[in-house]
Amino acid sequence: MKLEWLLVLLVLSDLRLLASGRLGAKIRTVAAQGVLLGLVPLLGSSGYPDAHAIAIAVAGMLIKGFLFPWLLLRAVRETRVNREVQPYVGYLASVLIGLAGLAGAFLLSRQLTPLPGKATSLLVTAALFSLFTGLFLIISRKRAINQVLGFLILENGVFLFGAGAMGELSLLVELGILLDVLVAVFVMGITLFHINREFDHIETNRLADLKD
Amino acid sequence: MILALILVPTLCGAAAFLLGGTGLRRALLIGAAVAHAGMTALAWWRTPEPALAGWLSLDAPGLLFLSVTSALFLAAAFYALGYLAFEPHGNVTDLEEGFLFKNAPEAVFISCMLIFLASMTLVTVSRHFGLLWIGIEATTLASAPLIYFHRHHRSLEATWKYLLICSVGIALALLGNFFLGAAIPSSGGASSLLLDELLRGAGSLNPAWLKAAFVLMLIGYGTKMGLAPLHTWLPDAHSEAPSVVSALLSGALLNCAFLGILRIYQLCGAAGQGELCQKALLTFGLVSVAVGAIFILGQSDFKRLLAYSSVENMGLLAVGLGVGGVGTVGALFHAVNHSLVKGMLFLLAGNILVVYRTKAIAPVRGLLRRVPWTGALWLAGFLAITGTPPFSPFFSKFLILKATFDTGHTTVGVLLLFLLAVIFIGMAKACLSMSQGAPEPDEPASPARGWLTVLPPAALAGVALWLGLGIPLRLVSLLDAAAKALGGLR
Repeated sequence: MKLEWLLVLLVLSDLRLLASGRLGAKIRTVAAQGVLLGLVPLLGSSGYPDAHAIAIAVAGMLIKGFLFPWLLLRAVRETRVNREVQPYVGYLASVLIGLAGLAGAFLLSRQLTPLPGKATSLLVTAALFSLFTGLFLIISRKRAINQVLGFLILENGVFLFGAGAMGELSLLVELGILLDVLVAVFVMGITLFHINREFDHIETNRLADLKD
Repeated sequence: MILALILVPTLCGAAAFLLGGTGLRRALLIGAAVAHAGMTALAWWRTPEPALAGWLSLDAPGLLFLSVTSALFLAAAFYALGYLAFEPHGNVTDLEEGFLFKNAPEAVFISCMLIFLASMTLVTVSRHFGLLWIGIEATTLASAPLIYFHRHHRSLEATWKYLLICSVGIALALLGNFFLGAAIPSSGGASSLLLDELLRGAGSLNPAWLKAAFVLMLIGYGTKMGLAPLHTWLPDAHSEAPSVVSALLSGALLNCAFLGILRIYQLCGAAGQGELCQKALLTFGLVSVAVGAIFILGQSDFKRLLAYSSVENMGLLAVGLGVGGVGTVGALFHAVNHSLVKGMLFLLAGNILVVYRTKAIAPVRGLLRRVPWTGALWLAGFLAITGTPPFSPFFSKFLILKATFDTGHTTVGVLLLFLLAVIFIGMAKACLSMSQGAPEPDEPASPARGWLTVLPPAALAGVALWLGLGIPLRLVSLLDAAAKALGGLR
């Protein structure tokens, strides 16, 4: 029951991310998502959570809830951009497309049966919707930071499914995955810094010299 | 020994980053490459013991791809010595647009090269789907700084596209891994994502989740492998990276991603879902060959030409796997041949770029007269990659084509023949005009870069010729074993 509330919050936060143009607010929303996701492995297990679930929860919460937002907020300060002025797709349209995506996620999660272990149909829906939101933000926004955020949201969807439905994947693998994502965001952050220095802005539509 | 294969390059990479001294760093690069190649060669005679409770072990497909990676890295390491000796410190003039830029520090370059090797090794030896994913993601992260070695706006754009597109692809592949976990029945199935356990309980896997897992992994790893229409990062990254890095990306990295697809394909085959996988692979493969052909024809940049040829060849691998039967052997053999020849061509492209100061095809004339060794090898490489006998790619392409007709995919076979002919014409037009003719008389004397930049591609050409003239029996039996493991041959 508690898990379902959490999933509803996640879906709502995805919608907020689609509607918002201010980068600071978006980063905080993604941070909140990270903290909520950290709770998923704890809620999934019946009775008291074991050491494994706690390790994943703590690592996930620290990395997704605090480290990433801190890195990104720094990047926003350094690059002095705080909002996406002209996205490829407007905010109202984004929300409408998001709602259509949510409907699609509901339909698709009906198809995937039987559900493994502790998963509920809503969990699969929320995971797929996060995936959709992330992908949509990557292609519909120009700012490079927005694309990193999109990647994180997509990653959150994958993490939600992994933590909520699987549970039993080995600790080593889960930590390895978290580490990989961590390094990915780090490398992206460095690249972002270089883009900012090289071009004096971080709009990726200006990164368009290479083509056939 | 498996652990040593991963640890030696990792530790050398860390040492190269932390310790000072240009000489020491270069010695570490060569030392690690030679040690890695030596251990890989040893693995041909004595199968190494599995490590980490069976998470790491070498089977036939793993050994095949490990050997290719190791051999190519050895050639690239020696080439890199010649390359780094030539690269000036401080400001560098851009060869195309003439502005000044700086290179990334050599310590970063060498340590990323070595960690790239370590992560590719991890991909070839891991028996666990999660670990395989970690390895493939690590290859992306280790190679991104390599693409951004020349610090200017074009390489930055290429790096950003590479990072973002491949990370998204890899994230989808991760979801595929979780879906695979969801396919395991709650009782009586495998207890982890270990390939051997999954294969044993393949019959009881839930088909809906397994199919979804395959699709996600095909898209995810296919992005990394450069299958069209997910290939968009590939020409940019390959053309902007230093040529020695392009050689490794095309010859080794794409293969690693292909191995990721092979693993899930192997599992789907064992679970009786092979047909869907083959159809999907066939479609992706044909589209890739077609996209390769379209962009090769009328290409004006020789590094992009090679990059699109990689897209085409990755498509051929997918087609070979998709038709099955002897096509599986053809695909595996072609992966080897493509790596050798494309690695060599990219290394040569680096030599040409230095002498002619352009990546455009049109101004390059008279390679054979101006740089005879590079020119002759370039011509040989062109003949080899387009599938002219006696070079080995001819035989692997022939096997794939034969398989399309044998298995009744006549339309696919005819289409493939047509596309290969188009590609031959496109490549011939570019490569012949580059090698023939007289060089402009008033051009400044070209800086010589020494034998270290000619011998490695020559060695790769030699191996491709050797495999074409008489393929060693050990390799035949390895290819056979690998194809059997993948369910291609009964």
